[in-house]
Amino acid sequence: MERSDEKGNLAQVRHVVLVLSGKGGVGKSTLTTELALALRHAGKKVGILDVDLCGPSIPRMLCVGRQDVHQCDAGWVPVYTDAQKSLALMSIGFLLENPDDAVVWRGPKKTALIGQFVSDVAWGELDFLLVDTPPGTSDEHLAVVENLRKHKVDGAILVTTPQAVSTGDVRREITFCKKTGLRILGIVENMSGFVCPHCSECSNIFSKGGGEELAKLSGSPFLGCIPLDPQLSTSVEEGKDFIQAFPESATFSAISHIAQAVLANIAAA
Amino acid sequence: MADVPSDAPEHCPGTSSVEAGKTSACQGCPNQRICASGAARTPDPAIEEIKQKMASVKHKILVLSGKGGVGKSTFSAQLVYGLASDTSTEVALLDVDICGPSIPKMMGLEGEQVHQSGSGWSPVYVEDNLAVMSIGFLLSSPDDAVIWRGPKKNGMIKQFLRDVDWGELDYLIVDTPPGTSDEHLSVVQYLSGAGVDGAIIITTPQELSLQDVRKEIGFCRKVKLPIIGVVENMSGFVCPKCKNTSQIFPPTTGGAEKMCSDMQLPLLGQVPLDPRIGKSCDEGRSFLSLEAESPAAAAFSSIIQKIRQYCKDGVEDGSPD
Repeated sequence: MERSDEKGNLAQVRHVVLVLSGKGGVGKSTLTTELALALRHAGKKVGILDVDLCGPSIPRMLCVGRQDVHQCDAGWVPVYTDAQKSLALMSIGFLLENPDDAVVWRGPKKTALIGQFVSDVAWGELDFLLVDTPPGTSDEHLAVVENLRKHKVDGAILVTTPQAVSTGDVRREITFCKKTGLRILGIVENMSGFVCPHCSECSNIFSKGGGEELAKLSGSPFLGCIPLDPQLSTSVEEGKDFIQAFPESATFSAISHIAQAVLANIAAA
Repeated sequence: MADVPSDAPEHCPGTSSVEAGKTSACQGCPNQRICASGAARTPDPAIEEIKQKMASVKHKILVLSGKGGVGKSTFSAQLVYGLASDTSTEVALLDVDICGPSIPKMMGLEGEQVHQSGSGWSPVYVEDNLAVMSIGFLLSSPDDAVIWRGPKKNGMIKQFLRDVDWGELDYLIVDTPPGTSDEHLSVVQYLSGAGVDGAIIITTPQELSLQDVRKEIGFCRKVKLPIIGVVENMSGFVCPKCKNTSQIFPPTTGGAEKMCSDMQLPLLGQVPLDPRIGKSCDEGRSFLSLEAESPAAAAFSSIIQKIRQYCKDGVEDGSPD
């Protein structure tokens, strides 16, 4: 049994969930953002740790723009998206002088910063810490898993699009989870069909059903499908709260369902 | 000395890194003193070896994006299919996405294995004039994960460039993973002796892509890699039923067109979303051949022609890159 003072800055974080995919561009950051907003709307205190050092998307998605990061005795103070401090965020995006500056780092330097992000951010009391990751199974992923070993990680959500090219990479991410002892909370199939706003015809632009098949193949829970939705794309582009703006949409319903499934899986552990 | 010697500790930064011998991971390593003295950081002899190997390759092109999932591999596949449609043109595709190698599937080569011969590794041939190399061919199962840190990935990329028996090539296209990290630095470093004609940058219309792509453009400029131009993928979707266009990934900040104008780069073309592209990729077939009459195929073909012209102009100028 670990003593809570050994966990340092994560001592008061109740649940840690990683958002992974072997594949790029499937919507990990979008899902992380929407899950965080859904959990916040359900009254939870949420933090997001963005460990995508080369392509940090979360600051824009939450409309926090250019922020200075301050230090306190316990380490870095996260950036809060609101005065109530219900949603906290840490990303390399805040440490760059110019947002267009490329972070051209090899593995060891990325590993070192991620170690600091995990241990040295003064998160305080959180119900959920969501960790958004870049695609792949490399330095960033190993760094996060190794640095979180002292703390209990509830598990990982894997995001895929329906196509075989995507599920092919996510299968490898499933192997990564098994090898590193990371529990798979479930698989989300994103960009699952597009309903034409003019005539309501559904087009499977990136195929359909691959995520659900992958869940069956790997024995993982299937959390649900999210459709392609230009309103969701615009919301995350502009840093708007999609959940608040479009509560009647099929997309909101899908995200809500996924959030409930994640909460249920965590509670069942 | 190997970039990561066999007796190095787990977090070895690599013997040619500026941090060699100086990181906390180096404590206790038998090579620490040599690394800290800088003796290990002599120019990698592989650069010259690769220059020799690449002497038989006329044009080398990198396909890059800061952003994942914008269609780099999809574009690379259509590019090589398009270039190789002229059977007198010798083309090869090198996939340096070590963690997520999509190219074998897209080229219909899943399950193929690589063979070794006296002259090195043989790439896998799609057609007589179209060869492919990917780590995907070295994995025995679709579930195998390549869980490697940077230095090991760099070693693999070096082998791909140095040890594959490409033969005489008109074009070597290098498909990369998203980002600006080990793979990108290594490819540029190892090809620094041989010279690269240029990079094609892939984006989608959204600002979330463009913000990462600007970083990639910054990377290219920093390492003096010429940029052939930018391709905007997933640029609108025409509903097959009612023919109305929807911007599924809306260009909220002006899309690639504005970015290219701001950064003074050529916009090579815009490719619309078409479900048949993804389907062809999943089935390992050439979208360009299967759906030659489609607007997306026309867009790809126009872009490929511009790339051919760029390479031809480069040769006529006498400028190497």
